[in-house]
Amino acid sequence: MGNAYLVLEDGTVFCGKSIGSQREVISEVVFNTSMTGYLEVLTDPSYAGQALVMTYPLIGNYGISIEDMESSRAWPDAFIVRELSRIPSNFRSEDTIQNFLQRYDIPGISGIDTRALTILLREKGTMNGLITTNEYTKAQIDSLLPSIRAYTTGKVVEKVTCAKKYEFTDSGDSVPQPQTVGVRNEMTEEMQRELHRRHFRVALLDFGAKRNIARSLVRRGCRVTVYPAHTSAEEILQDRPDGIMLSNGPGDPKECTQIIEEVRKLYDSDVPIFAICLGHQLMALATGGDTYKMKYGHRGGNHPVKDLKTGRVYITSQNHGYVVDVEHIDPKLAVPAFSNVNDGTNEGLVYLNKNIFTVQFHPEACPGPQDSGYLFDRFLMMMSSKSAS
Amino acid sequence: MPKNPDIKKVLVIGSGPIVIGQAAEFDYAGTQACRSLKEEGVEVVLLNSNPATIMTDRDIADHVYIEPLTVEVVEQVIEKEKPDSILPTLGGQAGLNLAMELEERGFLDSHNVRLIGTTSRTIRRAEDRLEFKEAMEKIHEPVAPSKVVKNIEDGEAFARSIGYPVVLRPAYTLGGSGGGIASNQDELDEILANGLRLSRVGEVLVERCIAGWKEIEYEVMRDGAGNVITVCNMENIDPVGVHTGDSIVVAPSQTLGDKEYQMLRTSALNIITELGITGGCNVQYALKPDSFEYCVIEVNPRVSRSSALASKATGYPIARVAAKIALGYTLDEIRNAITGKTYASFEPMLDYCVVKMPRLPFDKFITARRDLTTQMKATGEVMSICTSFEGALMKAIRSLEQHVDSLMSYDFFQLDDTMLHRQLRRVDDQRIWAIAEALRRGFTIDGIHKATQIDTWFIDKIAILVGMEKRLAREPLTEELLREAKRLEFPDQVIAQLTGKEEKDIRLLRTGYGIQAAFKMVDTCAAEFAAQTPYYYSIYDGANEAGAVLYPEGEKSDSADEKLTRGSGKPKVLVLGSGPIRIGQGIEFDFCSVHCTWAFQKAGYETIIINNNPETVSTDFDIADKLYFEPLTPEDVENVVRTEKPDGAVVQFGGQTAIKLTQALMDMGVRILGTDADDVDAAEDRERFDQVLGRCGIHRPKGDTVFTAQEAKQVAARLGYPVLVRPSYVLGGAGMRIAISDEDIDQYIGQINRYAQEHPILVDKYMIGKEIEVDAVCDGTDILIPGIMEHIERAGIHSGDSISVYPATDLPEKVKQTIVSYTEKLAQNLHVIGMMNIQFIVQNEDVYIIEVNPRSSRTVPYISKVTGIPIVPLATSVILGKKIRELGYEPGLQKEASYYAVKMPVFSFEKIRDADISLGPEMKSTGECLGIAQTFDEALYKAFVGAGIRLPRHRNMIITVRDEDKEDILDIARRFEKIGYRIYSTHGTWKALRAAGVEARQVNKIEMESPNLMDLILGHKIDLVIDTPPQGIEHQHDGFVIRRAAIETGVNVITALDTADALITSLENNSVEKLTLVDIAKL
Repeated sequence: MGNAYLVLEDGTVFCGKSIGSQREVISEVVFNTSMTGYLEVLTDPSYAGQALVMTYPLIGNYGISIEDMESSRAWPDAFIVRELSRIPSNFRSEDTIQNFLQRYDIPGISGIDTRALTILLREKGTMNGLITTNEYTKAQIDSLLPSIRAYTTGKVVEKVTCAKKYEFTDSGDSVPQPQTVGVRNEMTEEMQRELHRRHFRVALLDFGAKRNIARSLVRRGCRVTVYPAHTSAEEILQDRPDGIMLSNGPGDPKECTQIIEEVRKLYDSDVPIFAICLGHQLMALATGGDTYKMKYGHRGGNHPVKDLKTGRVYITSQNHGYVVDVEHIDPKLAVPAFSNVNDGTNEGLVYLNKNIFTVQFHPEACPGPQDSGYLFDRFLMMMSSKSAS
Repeated sequence: MPKNPDIKKVLVIGSGPIVIGQAAEFDYAGTQACRSLKEEGVEVVLLNSNPATIMTDRDIADHVYIEPLTVEVVEQVIEKEKPDSILPTLGGQAGLNLAMELEERGFLDSHNVRLIGTTSRTIRRAEDRLEFKEAMEKIHEPVAPSKVVKNIEDGEAFARSIGYPVVLRPAYTLGGSGGGIASNQDELDEILANGLRLSRVGEVLVERCIAGWKEIEYEVMRDGAGNVITVCNMENIDPVGVHTGDSIVVAPSQTLGDKEYQMLRTSALNIITELGITGGCNVQYALKPDSFEYCVIEVNPRVSRSSALASKATGYPIARVAAKIALGYTLDEIRNAITGKTYASFEPMLDYCVVKMPRLPFDKFITARRDLTTQMKATGEVMSICTSFEGALMKAIRSLEQHVDSLMSYDFFQLDDTMLHRQLRRVDDQRIWAIAEALRRGFTIDGIHKATQIDTWFIDKIAILVGMEKRLAREPLTEELLREAKRLEFPDQVIAQLTGKEEKDIRLLRTGYGIQAAFKMVDTCAAEFAAQTPYYYSIYDGANEAGAVLYPEGEKSDSADEKLTRGSGKPKVLVLGSGPIRIGQGIEFDFCSVHCTWAFQKAGYETIIINNNPETVSTDFDIADKLYFEPLTPEDVENVVRTEKPDGAVVQFGGQTAIKLTQALMDMGVRILGTDADDVDAAEDRERFDQVLGRCGIHRPKGDTVFTAQEAKQVAARLGYPVLVRPSYVLGGAGMRIAISDEDIDQYIGQINRYAQEHPILVDKYMIGKEIEVDAVCDGTDILIPGIMEHIERAGIHSGDSISVYPATDLPEKVKQTIVSYTEKLAQNLHVIGMMNIQFIVQNEDVYIIEVNPRSSRTVPYISKVTGIPIVPLATSVILGKKIRELGYEPGLQKEASYYAVKMPVFSFEKIRDADISLGPEMKSTGECLGIAQTFDEALYKAFVGAGIRLPRHRNMIITVRDEDKEDILDIARRFEKIGYRIYSTHGTWKALRAAGVEARQVNKIEMESPNLMDLILGHKIDLVIDTPPQGIEHQHDGFVIRRAAIETGVNVITALDTADALITSLENNSVEKLTLVDIAKL
């Protein structure tokens, strides 16, 4: 294996071994602190346009189980780790991480001090970087820096959304789906079963949706139709869904100008809406709110989020670099429903006089804690009360 | 929820003496919790019978009772102190059981005391087998199905319903004999029939066999509002079947995908939610390696050994947070003390790998079986941190201090392949070394996995280490190869050995290539937030975060601690810890290290601790200014020294572990604070020490150094039997013995030579006399002796295993003066600055020296507490150049306290199968407890009760003594008879007792027909066995079997007449109902 280099926009160079593809790429370098779930992370479309650093040093230990993929392919521009396991060991493993990266042509680096890199990104904020196997001279690197700095993820949702509308039927039941911790507090098992029997029809707008969003709905008896990101509101509403699900997705929400317009129409429609991550940000923008880029984002499976109504704290899975500016929320339109215990940033909104609630974190987990999965039940409740009224 | 204002005064119950399975981790948790409570303005009452703990210090709690942990005592403490609450979940199972018993008796209710933290209902649901099963069924959490059967038909039916293989466990048999695993009905019939026959109650437990499944643990927390988090999960490398305390454990889990990780995480959180736990909890799982099937093994609704490990592995202070939760706070209100920014309601993320290894006592118990089972045997443990598993494993191995520094340390190379394969299947403490040897020979990973059931991922990691051994042995030592070897944490010494070079050459080569250790921080959050607590581990392939500038130039970071980047400007002192807890070096040395650290901090020093024991207070994140979690070898210490450049190091508080590093530290150019290394050597080297004694005019028992049995016999003839024989360098555990004949010498020397050839053997006159011990603080001119301690057992029994009394009861004034004057002379001639411990033998009025240790000793915590003299801080001040007089003390022997204090050794013999329990010159106790009272008798009684010897119950006892003791036993037997004991004896002792008019009953020896001694013991009607084994090699196996049988059925056994005499003295005038409590914080 040859050497590979990460050149950051501030000129810092990390040298390690090349893994995966030998392609040279420029991307936005972000770190994720999850200790398990590298495959789910790699196949999360929200990482499109980014180079991903795993802070956990030992990656690939349990191999690749295809059924754990959160989309049809791997998305990051590059994958940066301290160490890849020589052999995978798990009863479900079908492949090695090494092959997996090759198969999806993802370039990567192993053997670098990922902690030093993470501290750099934490202190200076997210930076762009060049991942290459070429050995550049100092002068060459200096000449490359302007183009590294110039990189933006752009309109990346277009790249990750599905090509056409389709029905999603996989419940993902081949892996165990334990009940979530919150469930017992909100709803009895009978109530759940009753709701599942209603087979609500959900329109899922795919901005780069993780499969487990759809699976979480299918497991709850929903009939899920997935729509491409640029589907017009009219087309969706024509299909008369019981509820609309706005998915997660990559990039700067403000780049999604067209989508925001359609989301505004959905807001006006009175159909119950549940939105996650990018979907949450788009709804905020569509209703006059604002978003901004965080210094280094939230990416990992340990973020405490407080339900402002009950005071309870849930540990959540997160992956976002942008956040809704809680200062710019029109209190007549929406109120914060969740906030981050660590930094106080907004983690969810409830829209007033609407059947709409949106969250910044990932109740669908995969990877990460399943504690907030009860929110899908809440969505079902919303659809139920709407259809009753 | 804010703090509950009704909680003003809290009783915290500790876990008592250190025994296997309940060790220093509870001092760590208790101390942290007490500090956490006091921080909130709560008044803390502490009860613990263990004087060696930090939690029983007067600066940790407001009221401190070092009293026996019995229900009666707790009741008295409650009546006297009137606390409004008890926090029961910090003192291990001992503390929890006491609190539960009080609750059940209605005592707490009637005295308006509430249990905080976790309710009694929750505890019962977690601990009661049936209630737990019901709770788990309610929330659909699987437990391994099991059923008690009384006949073969029921057994067959149940096994059919749960599927083979099944485990069979007969009820009430000695050491679990008669059980086994049945894979089919034929095997079941055979084992079950045998088990039913062997079981005294005719019952056998049939259980679904989960042996070989992955053993996974989750440490979880819940607050009163129902918020739940996971602190850490851990994976045992040894599959289910080995107690987690004896397993090699890795954190976080390595072979679980996110689906399995989250499945079990959610399960653990559901369980604590259902049980309603408020505080910390440990949930253990068995996970089937080839499916998602799992079952809950057990739940501990309290802090535990695992929670201590999880705290150290992640930086998340579980006990501290649990205490705050008990006061009413919710997780999101409690600050994360490591980052200072985030809150306790988050889950730690590791960016490194942690390996824990058990410290097993087989070096002390050479006859014991090394097998690892579901019965824990480890006395302590080590933890190591690295970015790779391989590195963490290598560091853990050399932290053990068991003469192992790599995977080559046990020589399995002599075994042929068949034998090696057999060795692989043996589940013992040497298994990973056997795996390494198998890999060296080319056994396949799959084959090894089949034999050991250890996950292939771990075996492959061992293969990577073995691969590096091979490369080092074969290839030229290039920079690349050396770099990789160091990344895998191969010590220089091992690299030298493999490459045929000298250790110093390797170091030189490394320095030339710039291959140096760097330090990373444990910060709970994988660097996502800046941490404020400097807690470090070393790696070889990354940037240094310790001591050096952390961030690129020009980047002023608001989060970078000034101290880290620029240094505090204070002088720095390095405090060396004492490593894993083992027999002979226990929690006492952690007590000393911590107090020394605090004293240096008070004196304006920046303190740096190096230690590798996750169970201790010294490795808590806020004890020293900086904590380095590292092996205590010269190379590892040098890495820290290079980074920190300390102004001095102190070695006299960390036991033998730290003392051994003295020379190495000096070679690194580090100033040793306190007694000089050369003077330490003078005390340890026999010839030099004899010269010192000569100069002082002090005598010691005569003796000589020999190499052969012939020479030994000549020396013995000259000195006269009995003699004390011991190797000067001990490997494998053969220790000191008392020889009474030439045959004994032949046999001992044969035994010693099996382990340690080429090292001289010491033969000393064995003197029978009163053993006296003192600790002293010496400033170069004056000495301070807090008190003189006397051992109840005559010399010949290790001082750590003797009952120690302060103040000495009946020493003539003249002898006291001699002892003080000898101590002064030795201090001056050995130039001791700081601590010194001396053991004497007193025969009539003559005083002899046994040994001098120019360091802190195991009696320091206890003598500090009972005299109220802060010995360690005093010694620290002296080390820093202060004089005893300047510190406000009059030199010499201090005034005797008005209390008697008796330190009682506590043993863990029932945990180690086949260990001989008879006492001798080799230390065997794992812990100690204290009895303190105004009279000697009551102090003694309290000490016995504290040690778990609660008499009488059945008023039946067995006495069998060796011939030499037949005279001395008579009075003791008479006194037992007088308080109502029925005495059983075998023929010889019976005859002697009868002749003296003691009403003894004769009973058959073991090999004779029933009813015999064994039947008596197994009948569970015996309170006490007094059995003094013949001195020298045991000529009969009987005594050994009696003692083991008694220990394993929970009968008290005494093997020395002095102990028996003390026991009857204590029983004659006391009862547990009328103890007087002593608040040592008020002494």
